[in-house]
Amino acid sequence: MPQRTPLYDQHVGAGARVVDFAGWEMPLHYGSQLAEHQAVRSDVGLFDVSHMAVTDLSGPGARALLRQQLANDVAKLDERPGQALYSCLLNERGGVVDDLIVYFRGGDAYRIVSNAATREKVRPRLLDEARQAGVTAEARDDLAMIAVQGPRAAAVLEQLFGDQAAAALACKPFQAADLGEIFAGRTGYTGEDGFELIVPADQAGPLWDRLTAAGAQPCGLGARDSLRLEAGLNLNGHEMDEATTPLEAALGWTVAWEPEDRDFVGRAALTAQRSQGVAWRLIGLVVEGRAPAREGYVVRTDAGDGVITSGAHSPTLGGPIALARVPADAEGEFRVVIRNREAAARRVKPPFVRHGKVCV
Amino acid sequence: MSQVPEDLKYTRNHEWVRVEADGSVTVGITEHAQESLGDLVFVEPPEVGTQLQAEEACAVVESVKAASDVYAPISGEVTQGNEALADNPETVNTDPYGDGWIMRIQPADTSEIDGLLDAAAYQALVADEG
Repeated sequence: MPQRTPLYDQHVGAGARVVDFAGWEMPLHYGSQLAEHQAVRSDVGLFDVSHMAVTDLSGPGARALLRQQLANDVAKLDERPGQALYSCLLNERGGVVDDLIVYFRGGDAYRIVSNAATREKVRPRLLDEARQAGVTAEARDDLAMIAVQGPRAAAVLEQLFGDQAAAALACKPFQAADLGEIFAGRTGYTGEDGFELIVPADQAGPLWDRLTAAGAQPCGLGARDSLRLEAGLNLNGHEMDEATTPLEAALGWTVAWEPEDRDFVGRAALTAQRSQGVAWRLIGLVVEGRAPAREGYVVRTDAGDGVITSGAHSPTLGGPIALARVPADAEGEFRVVIRNREAAARRVKPPFVRHGKVCV
Repeated sequence: MSQVPEDLKYTRNHEWVRVEADGSVTVGITEHAQESLGDLVFVEPPEVGTQLQAEEACAVVESVKAASDVYAPISGEVTQGNEALADNPETVNTDPYGDGWIMRIQPADTSEIDGLLDAAAYQALVADEG
């Protein structure tokens, strides 16, 4: 039986095409994915991301536990309550179990937001590790989450909440503040300014309705995917998985190697891979022509074949873009096999689009 | 319920077929098909002169979601592809039975047209698929 978020009735009421995503009945689009994508690039859009997993950790051992569990180092958050950190959670082989955001809530309290598709792996692991370490851990399934994204996101929050929104609006990217009963992080998955609002489940519907009344366009998973791809952001299960390390997924920057004595899960394997050399790398491609270059398509290079990990029509560029895993020493031409022909592709450094502007 | 014009023939693969005055047929995908696919971003009609066998995959339509084949409703020779779709694939979404046509075929055997679904039968098929 698929699960529904507290916003299911809002989606159906707005005419969403509902699909199963990782066991959740989620909106794919509300009529036009392209229009939703455009709304986020030029105005403001809303996403129901309540299927993601919120887990709160607290207690004297919480910081040490997270320093041992996460590849990035929550010590970077010390003295900075409200600050957020992006990190991978690895297995002992250095493979990516999940990528997540951890917020420091002050004192000894942390909030983790992890992916829906990996909920059944990540949650039990965090809860189990916390129990063994004597850390309080709470699965916050009583909460819902709404992402408000786009150049007009801040204006909409100000319009709805007035002075109450001041702390949230003062946040820089990757900071969070309380907005009444709402936990508001200036984070997102679109390459635009925006907020992710974590609210008690019973307040999600009324908040969603107020946001749409203020002009925010409901957006489905389709637009969420094309926006994150344009923003050059990885999607777990596509750019990385348990057999892929952060070093092979362009996420080396999220691994905190210093201090050397921090022994996080997967460190030994990553260290060995780093010293031996990484065989694969993740790159961005802008593909010639109009035919979308999709996940799984082969990429021919001078150093052997690679594969597209995510590919789609970019509404902002007006053509196909992709992320691809290719041999690390591939330097020359890149050609994508699209059905019975090959299309030339230009290697670029993602993001493809940021703040409404093409940047490749 | 999506629109199913009475004067067209249909296939189980959600193509429509219109017989023109000169005996050629125009082919596109149905309203139901474009709705299911979502926003189209790429259409590749077959090349003029291609000899088609009925039910052969002969064109590609790609939406934001996925690539789908379009199948030849009947056997025959391709006489025209809709070149305008190269720059405006979304026309298939906005006008599937009009400017969003995909190809014209000179039928090899007009009796194949009689074997296609009529509007009522196609409507029933779509209703069955839920």
